[in-house]
Amino acid sequence: MQELINTLKQQIVEQLNLKHIKPEEIGDDQPLFVDGLGLDSIDALELIVLLQQKYGIKLANPEEGPKVFHTVRALAEFITANQKK
Amino acid sequence: MSSSSASLPTFVASCFIHQGKLVVNGNVVFSSKAPVESFFTELYILSGANYPKFYKMDAQSQLAFLCAEFLLKDNTVKDTSPFDWSVVLSCANSSNDTDIKYWENARQAPSPAAFVYTLPNVMLGEICIRHGFKGENSCFIFNTFDTAFQVNYVNSLLEKRAKVCVHGWVNFFKEEYAAFLFLTVNNGETEGELHSPELINKTISNYAGID
Amino acid sequence: MPAAVYIVGRGVISALGDDLCGNRQSLLQSQAGIKAITRLNTRYSEILPAAEVPYSNEKLAEMADMPVNTTRTALLSMIAAKEAFDSFNLPDKLNYRAGFISANTVGGMDKTEDFMKEFAVDTTKGKLHDVIHHDCGAATELVAEKLGITEVVTTISTACSSAANAMIYAARLIRNGYLDWAIAGGTDALSRFTINGFNSLMILDNELCRPFDDTRKGLNLGEGAGYVVLASEKIVALLAQQPTVKLSGFANANDAYHQTASSPEGRGNFDAMSGALAEAGLQPSDIDYINLHGTGTANNDSSEGIAISRLFGSDLPYLSSTKTYTGHTLAACGGIEAIYSTLAIEEGAVFPNLRFQHQMKELEFEPQTNLLEGKEIRHVLSNSFGFGGNCTSLIFSKVN
Repeated sequence: MQELINTLKQQIVEQLNLKHIKPEEIGDDQPLFVDGLGLDSIDALELIVLLQQKYGIKLANPEEGPKVFHTVRALAEFITANQKK
Repeated sequence: MSSSSASLPTFVASCFIHQGKLVVNGNVVFSSKAPVESFFTELYILSGANYPKFYKMDAQSQLAFLCAEFLLKDNTVKDTSPFDWSVVLSCANSSNDTDIKYWENARQAPSPAAFVYTLPNVMLGEICIRHGFKGENSCFIFNTFDTAFQVNYVNSLLEKRAKVCVHGWVNFFKEEYAAFLFLTVNNGETEGELHSPELINKTISNYAGID
Repeated sequence: MPAAVYIVGRGVISALGDDLCGNRQSLLQSQAGIKAITRLNTRYSEILPAAEVPYSNEKLAEMADMPVNTTRTALLSMIAAKEAFDSFNLPDKLNYRAGFISANTVGGMDKTEDFMKEFAVDTTKGKLHDVIHHDCGAATELVAEKLGITEVVTTISTACSSAANAMIYAARLIRNGYLDWAIAGGTDALSRFTINGFNSLMILDNELCRPFDDTRKGLNLGEGAGYVVLASEKIVALLAQQPTVKLSGFANANDAYHQTASSPEGRGNFDAMSGALAEAGLQPSDIDYINLHGTGTANNDSSEGIAISRLFGSDLPYLSSTKTYTGHTLAACGGIEAIYSTLAIEEGAVFPNLRFQHQMKELEFEPQTNLLEGKEIRHVLSNSFGFGGNCTSLIFSKVN
């Protein structure tokens, strides 16, 4: 799980163009949206694209986003639970 | 706002970003031979703006953001409300630079963050969001900067609908870029030269003469 | 009060019809133009409905009397602008100072994306000739040239408020004595670029859109063009037939909130609507009908609805979104909906907000759900709110 979390941090920084942040600076349990990292609705859509492209998981309803992307750990757990083998 | 103001539109400030140079009010403030992406980052850091959303913008919006940031850095215009501030920009290539980048990605997976910038007026939106400007704003497409049109339009706006206007040209296409913004005020209090086509043309020529 | 600017000509093409007559008929018959995509070659043709103009480029070129490889945006523009031009009955009209202020966002993308598809694979393929009119300004210039308009020709591109802003600019040029008359409005053609982009924002409905419905899921894209001819009082005095509608007020404001979303309370929307009322010298209670921007997205309809509640209180006019008929025609919507606003005044009609079922929880009102006729419609407020926070409202009024 930790390996996935670390990989996700890398991917998030790349996908969202977070040039001012290093992956290791993102806390495993740090809220990603509103507070914490301060991501917005467009970033949420980019994460949906990332889920699809890199993990083959399709999030059809963007309203699930806040829960799924709440923290990097939440995202890692979601991927582990839903990834098609 | 008085509708019978006898005051005239006053030219207050200018900012040029072009060919690795930042020129504010006729003075070269910074220059760099770095490739354009690094140059923009250098300018961002120089500006001291704490605004991480800068990194998510497309190149043209970054250019507009930076030019406005330096134009308004030492802004002394007082007693205005957000509704008094207007923004009028022109460009030649619309959002084509971003359109191409979006298209190249879209064949795999369309990027929502890139798509957001496939409209030329989003750069105005970025300026307005940053500075809280709520007045009129418009984005025109011209082959080249039309001084007479711009001055006329802005002065007309400043007669009744706005007290301040951030206006000019911002264009970014395939690594070639030019941005020049002017700050023009009509509130009866600010000192400066009359905003006219001659003055704008002179300002642009003065810039062109700078090494 | 600023000088009045009159509507003295109109032209429109959309999924509802090829011209004003066709559009009027569809509106009065509650006949929407949104269906499965048949013309555009897209991976979404089985998945996303859209409001296409049901003609190939070849057919449009014939209707527009333009070369067959002209961009679709320019073809639609030509057809609507020509109808507007021809409907304006000023003798020797080109002897006056005339302008063409047109708006679009798509430009020549329909041809460019076909070109790029071939070129990206093999750089010896693709006809360069197909991309010479890619930029937004090209469509405007092609049409102005064909109509013979030269005094002022310019393009505005501010997303979904573009055509409305074009009308504001034209009105100002006329009021300030730079032009005697002008054709103003907008055009946009459907393209894969646009569908893919909007789809990535997850704001498209895979069923027919339901603006202002609590369970709405997004917008449907459309295409088309709509132009009005605006003229000064001096010009109107020379016309055999007097105009019945004038552009009496307008305003533009920036929401200054987000690149694509509206502020939850619709501040920019409120500012544009109240600004237009102030300019027209009207009170909210003077408005008889609001042609909503009403795209069908969760965000727009909520913000627009809340702003309307704040401005109008409990004394609400009739309201409906005609995007339930035409889909969202992007840069053209301000022009097409301006024309529909004039039809509402002339016909004394309120066109229904189609497919509405559930009142939005955050609002205390519902849009008009069935066609009304025989009403006294004196003043219409038309909203067009674009990405980049660009909010515009126009007010059309019956001429006494």
